[in-house]
Formats: sequence, structure tokens, C-alpha cells
Amino acid sequence: MFSSRYWKFFFEETGNIARFAGRLFSQWGKPRYEIAEFFRQCYIIGYKSLPLVTLTTFIMGLVLTMQIRPFLVDYGVESQLPAMVGIAIVREIGPVITALIFAGKIGSSIGAELGSMKVTEQIDAMEVSGTNPFKYLVVTRVLAATFMLPLLAILGDVVALYGAYLGVNMSGVTSFELFWAKVFKYLSFSDVLPAFVKSFFFGFAVGIVGCYKGYYSKKGTEGVGQSANSAVVLSSVLIFIIDLIAVQITDVLNLN
Amino acid sequence: MYQTENISEQVQAPGNDEVVMVVRNLSKSFGSNQVLNDFSVTLRRGENVVVLGKSGSGKSVLIKCIIGLLKPDSGCIEVFGQRIPDLNAEALDAIRMKIGFLFQSNALYDSMTVRENLEFPLRRHSILLTQEEVDQLVKDALADVKLEHTIDMMPAELSGGMRKRIALARTLILKPAIILYDEPTTGLDPITAREIIDLIMEVQKKYHAASLIISHDMNCVRMVADRVVMLIGGRNYKEAPYEELIQSDDPGIKAFFE
Ligand SMILES: Nc1ncnc2c1ncn2[C@@H]1O[C@H](COP(=O)(O)OP(=O)(O)OP(=O)(O)O)[C@@H](O)[C@H]1O
Ligand SMILES: [Mg+2]
Repeated sequence: MFSSRYWKFFFEETGNIARFAGRLFSQWGKPRYEIAEFFRQCYIIGYKSLPLVTLTTFIMGLVLTMQIRPFLVDYGVESQLPAMVGIAIVREIGPVITALIFAGKIGSSIGAELGSMKVTEQIDAMEVSGTNPFKYLVVTRVLAATFMLPLLAILGDVVALYGAYLGVNMSGVTSFELFWAKVFKYLSFSDVLPAFVKSFFFGFAVGIVGCYKGYYSKKGTEGVGQSANSAVVLSSVLIFIIDLIAVQITDVLNLN
Repeated sequence: MYQTENISEQVQAPGNDEVVMVVRNLSKSFGSNQVLNDFSVTLRRGENVVVLGKSGSGKSVLIKCIIGLLKPDSGCIEVFGQRIPDLNAEALDAIRMKIGFLFQSNALYDSMTVRENLEFPLRRHSILLTQEEVDQLVKDALADVKLEHTIDMMPAELSGGMRKRIALARTLILKPAIILYDEPTTGLDPITAREIIDLIMEVQKKYHAASLIISHDMNCVRMVADRVVMLIGGRNYKEAPYEELIQSDDPGIKAFFE
């Protein structure tokens, strides 16, 4: 795994994606602006991920609560359960789980869609029809992913907390109001903000990797499958790396 | 790098056999793979020229250079007196409006309906059209290929021959003066191929367009070609009318006609 060939590939790929991102930054400020296509992509990307994000974050909140409870019971601090899962969900689990689901759903579909457009010459056809395909396809999708993921992450937080509320109520009774009061007692703005900010970066990573893999897809149907697959793998890894960097930054800035 | 002599005068010469496109000494390679090597071809108004060459000989590369999708390494490409490789994005878009391009794989947008596919070039090029004009053009284009009933279908719901005809309708919707066909009949049964050939000839009559047709379907070549340019080894191997080529004794040419 750590042979020199592996590292060469890793650095080449990183360089290519950085160049791709550079092209994106140099183009998105210039007309023509593909506003209609951007909103269409926002709708598609956001709407497509809704059911999965809701389901997975709900289960995550519920399961997390049930797993943590025995530990807190042992120490006699069961009443702190909402606060503890609240922190875990808002700071880490909500955004990261949402981002990973998003990578699986949206990263792969962008990779496959652009990949098949590439191999069937649809991207070339757009170019000869008075359209800059990079702006029309790539910029709109990357921006849509960047702006939709934070919204989905907030939704994921809320749904996971609702799952946690049900988890708390599985043994013992806590009223809805009391649960939320306990969650917010220990939850401050400095917990919410870094998580919100990093989910923009998660979204950007999923969008740019999906587009890059699709846009440079190898010829043939096999190439399309590979694009979709490697888009998911690479963007999932990137999500963890961004998460690691984000926690260092919040640490240095003393936001913890 | 590009040819210095001025061929614009020649390009703009008036009259019926006005030259609309000149490709001269075109070379293009990918890495060490030299695909085109000093290839030349000229196209006049109202003329159907067939480029004949075997699979992988660089025919698609040739027309992708003409439309500006690929940058040639050297050589000259002039369309209506303008050098394609030197044009900026706006000028290139303007000239592409006058060129129809039928892709080898049709390149229909599979996330769009037939109507949206046909509307795409109309809406994306900088031309101002009212909704009624767009609807009328789409209807006319579908009528030309006799597929009016497919207007709200998705490309995936169409047969291969129907898809080719829709792609042809999309190619022709802006009434281009030059049409580049990349293997219009390959992969179709003889009857459907015949329909496409008839459509190509109809278009030539109706719009008096100039067509560059890439093909190795001999039926197609025989019926549409005013002139055949043979592309072998990246060069012009021979240029002659079809009738002359079939009588040739050259084994390199004969191989195509067996
Ligand atoms: N974008 C590209 N990058 C690298 N090589 C390419 C590219 N496009 C074409 N080639 C190479 O150029 C050569 C000619 O390809 P081209 O598609 O023009 O063949 P063709 O004559 O159209 O064949 P066919 O009849 O099968 O369509 C091939 O060897 C191909 O591998
Ligand atoms: Mg080809």
C-alpha cells in the first residue's frame, strides 16, 4: 500500500484535482452565469439526498443514545445523556454522517453522469452548441453541492437529535421540552459554527471530486463505473482529512 | 506554425462553387501516436465530400479539429475565411452556429427530452428567438426526419435509427451552411441506413449546404459522394469521384471496395 507507485499516484491525483479546482476558481466569477442550471442542480442534489440523510441520521441519533446510556448510568449521570449526545451529534456525527451519505449518493451520481456524458460525446456536443461545458456542468454542480450539504447537515442534526430524543425515552421518560432544554444547555454557538463551516468544505470536496472523476472519465462503460466508484472513495477520504484539519483549526482558535 | 500564404481570397471567391472550408497540411498527434500527417481537403458550397479511411485512421480527429474541439499541431483550417484554431470563444461560437456536427455516437443529452435536445442549440447560441419561433423550428426539424410523435420522449426510449434521426434533426436545426457527418450510417440496418442517406441528400438539395461525410459504408459513399478523399496513414492517399475509385487497381484502394 505504501509503495512508491502508490505515492506517485496519490500526488499526481492531488495535483490534478488542485488544477481542476484552480480552473473552477478562475471561471466561476466570469459570465456567462448559469443561474438557472445552478438552481436546478441545487434542487436535484438536495432533493435526491433527503430520504437517505433523514433515515441514516435518525438511526444514528437513536443508536448512539442507546449505546452511551449504560455508561452514564454506571456513573450515575444519566440525566446528562441529552447534553452528551447533543454535543456529539452537532459537533461531529451529524455533519460527518451526512457528508458521507452525500458522498455516496451525490458523488457517485455526479461521477457517473458526467462520465457517461463524456464517453458518449455529450460534453463535446454542448461545446459546439454555444455552451461552455465546464461552466454549465462543473461549476453549477460544485456550487450546488457546496451550498446544499450544509443545509442537509443542519437537517441531519435535527433529525439525529430527534432520534436521540426517542432513544432517551426508550427507558425512562423525559419530556420533549426538557430534552431540548438539556441539549441546548451545553451546546454553544462555538459548537455549531465550526461544524456548519466545515460542511461547506465537505460539500465542495464531494462536488469537485465527482466532477473531476466524471469529466476525465476513461472511454467505455467501464470507465464510467470507475469514475463513479473512485469519486465516492476519494471524496469520503477527503471528508475525513478535512474533518481532521478542521478540528486542529478550532483547537488553535480556542473554539473548543 | 500555420501556413503563411493567404488563402482567404480563394475562400471568399463568389459563385456557385464558392469554397467554404479549407483544411491544409493538417497534422495532429497524441503523444507518440501521429494520427494526421499533412492532411488536406477543400469543401465547396453544395458539395458532398466523403472522407474514406479505415477504423482508427483519424477521421473523427479530423472533424473534431475542424469544429475546434481539438487543437491541431500544425496546418491551416479555414471556415468562411476564418482560421478556426486562432479564434476566441465568441468568434468560435459564431462560426459553430453555421456548422452542423453529427456525432458518431449521436451525443443526444440523455437527461433531456427530444424537445429539449432540439431546443438546446437554439437557446444556447446567442440568437434571440421567441417561444413560438423555437416551437416552430423544433416542429419543422422533427417533420424533416418524420419523428413528430417522439417530441416528448427521452432518448433512451428511442431505437438506434430513431436516435440517429433525432441527432440529425438537432444538427440541422440551425440550418447550417456546412455539415460534418461522422459515420452517419454505421451500426444501422440497411433500410434505416438508406433512410439516413436519403435525408442527407434531401438536406443537400433543400439548403444547398456543403457536407463533409465520414464513412466506410460503401452504399453511403456511392450514393452521396461527389468526391471521395481517401485518408490512409494520416495523409491524402487519393482523391477522386466514386466511379473512378472502384475501377482502380491499387490494392490499398481495392481493399475498401470488396
Ligand atoms: N482524445 C484523444 N486522446 C488520445 N488519442 C486519441 C484521442 N482521440 C483519438 N485518439 C487516437 O487517434 C486515433 C484516431 O482516432 P479516431 O477516433 O479519429 O479514429 P476514426 O478514424 O474516427 O475511427 P472509427 O472509424 O473507428 O471511428 C486513434 O488511434 C485514437 O486512439
Ligand atoms: Mg470515428
